[in-house]
Amino acid sequence: MAKFTFVGGIHPYDGKDLSKDKPIKEILPKGDLYYPLSQHIGAPATAIVAKGDHVLTGQKIADATGFVSAPIYATVSGTVKGIEPHRIAVGDTVNCIVIQNDGLYEEVNYEAIENLSDISKEEILNRIREAGVVGMGGAGFPTHVKLSPKEPDKIEYVIVNCAECEPYLTSDYRRMLEEPEKLIQGLKASLRLFDNAKGVLAVEDNKPDCIALLKKLTKEEPDISVAALKTKYPQGSERQLIYAVTGRAINSTMLPADAGCVVNNVDTVVAIYNAVMLGRPLMQRIVTVTGDAINDPRNFAVRVGTIYEELIEEAGGFKTEPEKIVSGGPMMGFALFDTNVPVTKTSSALLCMTKDEVAAYEPSACINCGMCVEACPGRIIPSRLADYAEHGDMEQFEAHNGMECCECGCCSFVCPAKRQLTQSIKSMRKMVLAERKKK
Amino acid sequence: MSNLMKVSSNPHIRSKVTTSSIMSAVVIALLPATCFGIYNFGLHALLLILVTVASTVLSELIYEKAMKQKVTIKDLSAVVTGLLLALNLPPKAPLWIGVIGGAFAIIVVKMLFGGLGQNFMNPALGARCFLLISFTSIMTNFDCDAYTGATPLASIKMGESVNVLNMVIGKTAGTIGETSVIAIIIGACFLIMVGAIDLRVPGSYIVTFVVFLILFSGHGLDGSYISAELSGGGLMLGAFFMATDYVTRPITKNGQYLFGILLGILTGIFRIFGASAEGVSYAIIIGNLLVPLIEKITYPKAFGKGGERA
Repeated sequence: MAKFTFVGGIHPYDGKDLSKDKPIKEILPKGDLYYPLSQHIGAPATAIVAKGDHVLTGQKIADATGFVSAPIYATVSGTVKGIEPHRIAVGDTVNCIVIQNDGLYEEVNYEAIENLSDISKEEILNRIREAGVVGMGGAGFPTHVKLSPKEPDKIEYVIVNCAECEPYLTSDYRRMLEEPEKLIQGLKASLRLFDNAKGVLAVEDNKPDCIALLKKLTKEEPDISVAALKTKYPQGSERQLIYAVTGRAINSTMLPADAGCVVNNVDTVVAIYNAVMLGRPLMQRIVTVTGDAINDPRNFAVRVGTIYEELIEEAGGFKTEPEKIVSGGPMMGFALFDTNVPVTKTSSALLCMTKDEVAAYEPSACINCGMCVEACPGRIIPSRLADYAEHGDMEQFEAHNGMECCECGCCSFVCPAKRQLTQSIKSMRKMVLAERKKK
Repeated sequence: MSNLMKVSSNPHIRSKVTTSSIMSAVVIALLPATCFGIYNFGLHALLLILVTVASTVLSELIYEKAMKQKVTIKDLSAVVTGLLLALNLPPKAPLWIGVIGGAFAIIVVKMLFGGLGQNFMNPALGARCFLLISFTSIMTNFDCDAYTGATPLASIKMGESVNVLNMVIGKTAGTIGETSVIAIIIGACFLIMVGAIDLRVPGSYIVTFVVFLILFSGHGLDGSYISAELSGGGLMLGAFFMATDYVTRPITKNGQYLFGILLGILTGIFRIFGASAEGVSYAIIIGNLLVPLIEKITYPKAFGKGGERA
């Protein structure tokens, strides 16, 4: 039933050539590190260190608060300077544990295992949970929750989201090329949890080298296949990806498990590998630092907590003064006020643009052209929903499938009148969700 | 940090297509028909076109200045309206017809309803119908230097035979821009190629109309009759350039098919059972009025609710 694509979507300039041939380079933080207590969906973690404490690399500094939450680990050795509010990439100011790096990188010992078969399913889940693994594609949903559906036997597909459909991003691409074994091992660890599931590595067909490599490495694996997806944004959006791989469609009220699927992105699956096999917590991620304002676009292996400014320096600084800096990709990333914000578990890229295309255009009247309708992967009518949103008409908004929007940004991208469609719909969705919580 | 960056909600990139680039594409697509009209009917046709376009653009400018609104003539939509209206005028119509028609199209049909995107009726067609009713003899007099007498459709209606080849090329009496099927199709192909329009509305319109003719015209499967009906009376200009007007056609996909089918049926009724030989303009403006209803019954299903395959 695989379709390898979905209806709608767009083909923006992908900008991946800037950084796709740059090998991953590990960088070490120089300044203080900031660990926001909320780097995931769910309850913020609870700090378990206090000002003045000495911590080691890999030491837990904040523990999960309840089931839908995740612990946080120190990624350097040093001294806790305090717990104070600091700006994070999405623009909020949240409580962060601040650690002064002593530059020694003294590390705790990890409990590695030899074989996956040495441990039980419960232990696998526990290791993932303890390691603080969350969805590193952007949402930050705690991975152990994803991997604990009500009926694990009904899961038929464990999909690794290797689409990397966001323009400019090459972190997953480099990871697949450089550490494919870890990816496959991580997938195998996830597959252990589901007796009836097959693993699918779903890659967009603009990465033929990754497809060939992964196919070669999984040749002997009967339970793992590689799916070449049509290159189109937002191919990596969870619902569209599940549809492309399985032909099953879920709406906003359903979970991937309802379609017999579990979906994790590349970095997350590598984090699962590290957690299960090596006993290492989630401390590092790949960040693409790119854009036409950057001197030397690169892919860095970065320790969580590092301040973005350091990444810009490592990439040779600015070639030209950037007008806009985005944490994440250009379609769904967050624009930054300034670069004094930390890398979190969900930071995939730092995109520095000389021109802000949004500010360059002034929104004008909708001409009803329907381009947003053609582009919308959710098969809704963005222009009308934006009207309802702008008029504060919650009832009509919900009645016309407003909650089915996945906020991918296709409508705003294509709109010839340059209306802020995604923004309006997004704000209204937030209001509807807040309203529902009240009830 | 001293210099704060620009922030905005996602997405942070935009396609290069703008309202004015779409409107320029429509103007370019209308050039073959425009040029043929000028070649076919002479200098007066050119003057009429220029005056009509000037009238629509100036009407918009003056209205917006008078109402202290933002001037929007740069989006070129008024140029498109003016050009379309002019192509729907008889070649020898006096220039003041273009002036009045242009002003009516913009001020009454478009601006009074809220300007671009808010009008429920195609401004050019609204103005044409206004002119047809108000100045019937001028608007139905297609005599000119090159051709005298009836339009091909009127001849068919009276039971006379017509030269289909001349109709396809455009060497017949008619409004300035409606006569040459070839010129219109060239422009339409360009619009389809650049992605400005698709075949949903024109395709379903034309197919339905042909089916209607076969069933109800009494000519059955008479190929030359059908080709003549398709080539005459502004059907091609209407189907590709006016029924496809974004603002006044349904935004839903299925609605667009339904809209085309409706236009095909209405045009068939007007042409076969009506007193006049033509019917495209009225069919489209009546279709325009039904758009809200069509959209209501064709609102799409969302992804995951059955709409993923559409």
